[in-house]
Amino acid sequence: MASGVAAGSGFLYARNGALLAAALAYPFLFRQSFPQDLAIKIFLFGGLASAWNVLGGFAGQVSLGNAIFFGVGAYAAAVVQTQWGWTPWAGMLLGMAASAGIGALIGYPCFRLKGHYFAMATLAIGEVISTLFMNWQWVGGAVGVYIPLRDDTWKYFQFGTTKLPYYYVMLAFLVSALLLSAALLRSRMGYYFRAIREDQDAARSLGVPARRYKLAAMGISAALTSAGGSLYAQYVLFIDPHSVFPMMLSIQVVLIAILGGVGTLWGPVVGAMVLIPLSEFTRIYIGGTGSGLDLIAYGLLIIVISVIQPRGVLGFFRKAGAA
Amino acid sequence: MFSTELAQTLLSGVLMGLIFSLVAVGLTLIWGIMDIVNFAHGDFLMSGMYISYWMYALWGIDPLLSLPVSGAFLFFLGMVAYRLVIRRILGAPMLIQIFATFGIMILMRYLAFYFFKPNYRSIQQTLLSGNIDLHGVYLSIPQLAAAAGAFLTTGAVYVLIHKTRVGGALQATAEDREAAALMGINTDRMFTLAWGIGAATAGIAGSLLSTFFYIFPEVGGIFGLIAFVAVTLGGFGNVAGAFVAGILIGVVEAMAGYLYDPALKTVFVYVLFLGVLFFRPQGLLGVE
Repeated sequence: MASGVAAGSGFLYARNGALLAAALAYPFLFRQSFPQDLAIKIFLFGGLASAWNVLGGFAGQVSLGNAIFFGVGAYAAAVVQTQWGWTPWAGMLLGMAASAGIGALIGYPCFRLKGHYFAMATLAIGEVISTLFMNWQWVGGAVGVYIPLRDDTWKYFQFGTTKLPYYYVMLAFLVSALLLSAALLRSRMGYYFRAIREDQDAARSLGVPARRYKLAAMGISAALTSAGGSLYAQYVLFIDPHSVFPMMLSIQVVLIAILGGVGTLWGPVVGAMVLIPLSEFTRIYIGGTGSGLDLIAYGLLIIVISVIQPRGVLGFFRKAGAA
Repeated sequence: MFSTELAQTLLSGVLMGLIFSLVAVGLTLIWGIMDIVNFAHGDFLMSGMYISYWMYALWGIDPLLSLPVSGAFLFFLGMVAYRLVIRRILGAPMLIQIFATFGIMILMRYLAFYFFKPNYRSIQQTLLSGNIDLHGVYLSIPQLAAAAGAFLTTGAVYVLIHKTRVGGALQATAEDREAAALMGINTDRMFTLAWGIGAATAGIAGSLLSTFFYIFPEVGGIFGLIAFVAVTLGGFGNVAGAFVAGILIGVVEAMAGYLYDPALKTVFVYVLFLGVLFFRPQGLLGVE
């Protein structure tokens, strides 16, 4: 059952409006850098996990290579500035188009594969693309790209003195991902996605062009993920293949979706709200960057989640649960 | 001159390939028997490397002698991983299974990171140091010994699977879990055994590698991914296939490094993997 559609719509508008108002007011209640940074990361990863969810959750194609699109988006935003002096917004659009194209190129052969094989193929392609960027000197090779620093500007989306613009843009990113997901869940395309996920052969026998719709899911997922990558590049202002193409990122977005509930509208957001603070706090309080303790906790957490609660956090609250 | 270099490249490729084979055999065993992809396989190998390293660094024990220790320890660790985690997710969706083994991978990798630090370590002096000169083709003795050890271990696993009663039970479990259970095979015990053997082979491979390869916490990633490729090439659950595929990958990697660019040699391995996945998903040696 599509989450969030079943209950009365008046209640839903009120609840979503309240959530949005709270999100808009948050940076004025929490003015320090840390809570704002935390929220920015939650929005980013909530959006990335929603993007994955379109392909992996709605259409049931488990991609372990979504970092490809994140990286392409990050590089597009950065490289158009360093090479051509364009604004990163143009780079973001370029990256989204490129990612959708790359997604189609990957999807076309890979969608013949099922289950493990599809997952493994996307994982391998992710490693190939990461290695290629590592050796592509025009985009900085292994050294990466430093985005030239400027005074606060919307044109080049850089703000050294305040996090507020980043906060609201990341929020807009998450809200767009959610609106798109909600629209998809209710559209014919969304029903086709789920039909393909549940039983591809049956869907096809009823006249659903499975491959075309899987490609559409891949394109949407890729373009959204890419936009997140571009925004991330502008937020950190330095990228290299290790930071924007890591396999861990591909894994993390899936984990967030699993944690919150795969295939649901709010699952990725709930997952991000649980996992991102958890990993940030373990990093700060028990780990400190670089010791590995935070990742030990992370690994344990993944094992525990897989063993006890395969339906995600939302599964605790909703009996019907996510498929 | 050219031919000497070529021979050198091919031979090193084959020697490395034999190690890849051994790593892949353990993975294909688990994959074939229970249809679970073990993402932590490379990190079992990393554990084997560290066991040999520390026994050498602390007590001066040669990797050749610590090899059985690491095999035994990893056999135990594999069984523990199965009993504590894998057994509970046997019926879970594929996504959950992927993540459970992924969690084990991260846990092991960063335990090593935390306790042993990210330093690159190596074992300098072993019982078998030095080189052999075959008409200008130099082969390092540790690498030669490691390849021979890998070959013997792979052979032993092959014999175990194909020539013994336990092996027959393992194959029956792989073929049809329920039918095997009805025939009186304790499938749970077979799964435990498969995890034990799978991890032990990775541990042994780790000890063999420790004599000539750098040892660091993330080393498992390299070998884990190559093992996936070898398993796909060889056909899932096919021990002989994994053996051939491992050698093939060793040669492809060495040749790509020699003819093209060492930095991109893994790209060629992955391209080979993708090609096989698309055109022969049953594996190079598999049957439809």
